Amino acid sequence: MASLSFSSSVSSSTPFLRPSAFLLSSRSARLPLVRAKIREIFMPALSSTMTEGKIVSWVKSEGDVLSKGEPVVVVESDKADMDVETFYDGILAAIVVNEGETAPVGAAIGLLAETEAEIAEARAKAAAQSPAAPPPVVEEPAPVAPKAEAPAPVAAATPGKLVATPFAKKLAKQHKVDISKLVGTGPFGRVTPEDVEKAAGIAPAPKANVSPAAAPVSPAAASPPKTAASYPEIPGAKVVPFTTMQAAVSRNMIESLAVPTFRVGYPIATDALDALYKKVKAKGVTMTALLAKAAAMALVQHPEVNATCKDGKSFTYNSSVNIAVAVAMDDGLITPVLQDADKLDLYLLSKKWKELVEKARAKQLQPQEYNSGTFTLSNLGMFGVDRFDAILPPGQGAIMAVGASKPTVVADKEGFFTVKNQMLVNVTADHRIIYGADLAAFLQTFAKIVQNPESLTM
Amino acid sequence: MHSAISLSLSSPSPIARSSAVNDTCPSPPRSLRFCGLRREAFGAGASSAATSLRLTSSDSRSQHSNLNGVFAALKGSSSGFDYDLVIIGAGVGGHGAALHAVEKGLKTAIIEGDVVGGTCVNRGCVPSKALLAVSGRMRELQNEQHMKSFGLQVAAAGYDRQKVADHANNLASKIRGNLTNSMKALGVDILTGFGTILGPQKLKFGKGDSGDKIITAKDIIVATGSVPLVPKGIEVDGKTVITSDHALKLEFVPQWIAIVGSGYIGLEFSDVYTALGSEVTFVEALDQIMPGFDPEIGKLAQRVLVNPRKIDSYTGVFASKITPAKDGKPVQIELIDAKTKEPKETLEVDAALIATGRAPFTKGLGLENINVQTQRGFVPVDERMRVIDANGKFVPHLYCIGDANGKMMLAHAASAQGISVVEQVTGNAHVLNHLSIPAACFTHPEISMVGLTEPQAREKAEKEGFEVSIVKTSFKANTKALAENEGEGMAKLIYRPDNGEILGVHIFGLHAADLIHEASNAIAMGTLIQDIKFAVHAHPTLSEVLDELFKSAKVKLTAPKTVAQAVPV
Repeated sequence: MASLSFSSSVSSSTPFLRPSAFLLSSRSARLPLVRAKIREIFMPALSSTMTEGKIVSWVKSEGDVLSKGEPVVVVESDKADMDVETFYDGILAAIVVNEGETAPVGAAIGLLAETEAEIAEARAKAAAQSPAAPPPVVEEPAPVAPKAEAPAPVAAATPGKLVATPFAKKLAKQHKVDISKLVGTGPFGRVTPEDVEKAAGIAPAPKANVSPAAAPVSPAAASPPKTAASYPEIPGAKVVPFTTMQAAVSRNMIESLAVPTFRVGYPIATDALDALYKKVKAKGVTMTALLAKAAAMALVQHPEVNATCKDGKSFTYNSSVNIAVAVAMDDGLITPVLQDADKLDLYLLSKKWKELVEKARAKQLQPQEYNSGTFTLSNLGMFGVDRFDAILPPGQGAIMAVGASKPTVVADKEGFFTVKNQMLVNVTADHRIIYGADLAAFLQTFAKIVQNPESLTM
Repeated sequence: MHSAISLSLSSPSPIARSSAVNDTCPSPPRSLRFCGLRREAFGAGASSAATSLRLTSSDSRSQHSNLNGVFAALKGSSSGFDYDLVIIGAGVGGHGAALHAVEKGLKTAIIEGDVVGGTCVNRGCVPSKALLAVSGRMRELQNEQHMKSFGLQVAAAGYDRQKVADHANNLASKIRGNLTNSMKALGVDILTGFGTILGPQKLKFGKGDSGDKIITAKDIIVATGSVPLVPKGIEVDGKTVITSDHALKLEFVPQWIAIVGSGYIGLEFSDVYTALGSEVTFVEALDQIMPGFDPEIGKLAQRVLVNPRKIDSYTGVFASKITPAKDGKPVQIELIDAKTKEPKETLEVDAALIATGRAPFTKGLGLENINVQTQRGFVPVDERMRVIDANGKFVPHLYCIGDANGKMMLAHAASAQGISVVEQVTGNAHVLNHLSIPAACFTHPEISMVGLTEPQAREKAEKEGFEVSIVKTSFKANTKALAENEGEGMAKLIYRPDNGEILGVHIFGLHAADLIHEASNAIAMGTLIQDIKFAVHAHPTLSEVLDELFKSAKVKLTAPKTVAQAVPV
């Protein structure tokens, strides 16, 4: 078989696994009620070092009848491309992972039905599994009819004239935009890639044909700023273009200007917190985890501060409290997210935080690990900064800037002076949804938790 | 298969050529019937022959320049004709033939009605390589991911269209100059005008008026080449509907260009245009784009060169009518089904490039004077390039090489055919093995091939009753390719497991066009896999892709090896 002879170039260096052996496993055992045999086609491990594979091409289309030993799909591993064959006879009912997409080893990439009757069921299952957005509006009339997934060059065979450029069609397919509904703004009324991107709600990419890289901060959309005014040139200056991360930060910062924000500061005594920190430090708890936990607990009581204003017309109350914490990187800034910070205990939270920071340094954060935050924490206290104010990241309601905890002379009600450790926190919030009193109340709750930190360890 | 684009040309110079004198020095190769020097021919004496070769080459060079002097002085032909050899057409084929003829001591003239260099140098492979060099860099600079993987930061890359066009034009002039000088320096007479055959061994040249001169030649080679083929119904205005001739001048970069034909020319231009920011639509009459490539290579090429780029395609359709942009309307392309001829769609694009192939250029050649009828425009020839007349007889002393005979429309094939003809007219029976001629497509990455494709090999195997085996290697396993972050690619070897004969090699990947020659030389020399696998390759180089390919081939050696013995041929 072709796949095996092809492997000759790599087999010498890595122990090589016969792909078919890993291809299929029966689902029927796990679902005893379902009599039909629908089998998942798994992403095989093509080499010992392979963790994920890219689907190069599906040799078979949905609805094709497969017989044992036939190549079904071509998979690209870290080393080579391989034909992967089926171990069972059946019908390729559904393709879960499309050509060009990547799936981890062991993930279902397609479904194999034993009989035609089971195709519909398999497809329903596939639809449930599919991580992608819901399928395009056009529903297939008869689910039994095998649908050849031909790489149709013609986007829409509407009788009316529709002209769309090749890249526009490609983008439309990628973003599941119905191109026939678009009005072209290009020359001669043709649909351009920009039209499709607009319809898909994507910020148009820079003019060069570079594939847009994942933005490290929230990928919200807005048109990029118009080119800046020209500044006088200073001889000898060096121009270093932004990295992807820096470009994303820049984009987000410009975007943040569209949000009306205000700031409220609050002094908080930290002696109790410092004492607690000393106690739990040995158990791996970090100050970041303590502050995140405190903020999360306060947010539970003040859901409006954990909310988002998405459209300027409504509150979006988030069901979970996800604390994003800003981390400085060599070439920028990233905000790993402690998800459900209110629910996890301090120790788990600290452990999670350690993992996230390591991943961030290795640039291995998954998108949901840096863009799912509902509230951001930024701490510059370790640099001795006593107060600062933060810019609200688009898509969130509030951000807290934490200054250094310093011994401060404090006068109490009776007029006695004492020296207490005190830090200044300053919260920036979106005034469309969070008002001054809301923020003040939240800060009061937060201060209470920090000054009586025993609840943090519970 | 078109000469225009697919070839590169080693810049010819007298020095480079004279080293080829080696061919003629030792006697064994001279007696061979095929251009490939069979391994047995050298036999046990190979090593001693090699040393003597080096000695004789310097001798023959000095002897050679003496000869030139003699000819220059005599200005006459030893055969009683004005010239020993007259070549009509100074393209790459004619040039190759002329240089070899001088080397063999023939008094040679070359007739050119246009500019020296022909299609390849002026309107084909040479300027297109200049554009592709630009597009390759552009592509690399625009690929942010690729640059970042090296740790490089590049601001948005841009280009100046006129300067890109100038680069292509300057390269063509430079190569044209090299070609002209190399012939002048060797004493080849360059005659300006159109050549017309008047009868056997007799021709005239000039502007076609009374000023024409009549000359005689012992042998005549027709090397008039080809022009872009423009199918019926297509109106070429040179601005919005263009052929490769116009496209190479790069007078404008359209936002959206349709390329009619997805062979070598179309594919290379799609590489250029998409790198410069255009979107491309292929119109292909066959059922799949990139016909003519080994199917597996074609599939991979489509995955890398077409799918991720701003390209779409219409297959199984003819462009029945193409109207240039005018009166505020875009270019209109009417498509009809290739089989049923039913009208399908009308495309509206900014420009259309006609890359449907090339038509032989034989007009005004005077073929009627010697009773030769062209077949679909091509001059009929046998395997030794001898021209066949309407009665099936050879026209004495008349040969046709290159695109005009249509055997293999590649510049280097024309040159090889020309050299083969010169060998014949100087008394050495010689047949060129066309299966050893490599071809290349200079996309990014490149595609190259020699010999048979897998379906062709299987068909041949079926007929002749032998087994075919295939092995493949990936660029992903090559150190040098990985260092360049260019792991995308494969090499494929089609061979006979019973005797180790190489039937075909196909490469898709970084520098594939330069890598193919190890395989094409092996085919030409008749080198077998079991022998070439012992050849050593520098590490780490891309050549190890082929090394690995040969090493992974499994040859079942049943018959005793007959390598060590010299076999007289």
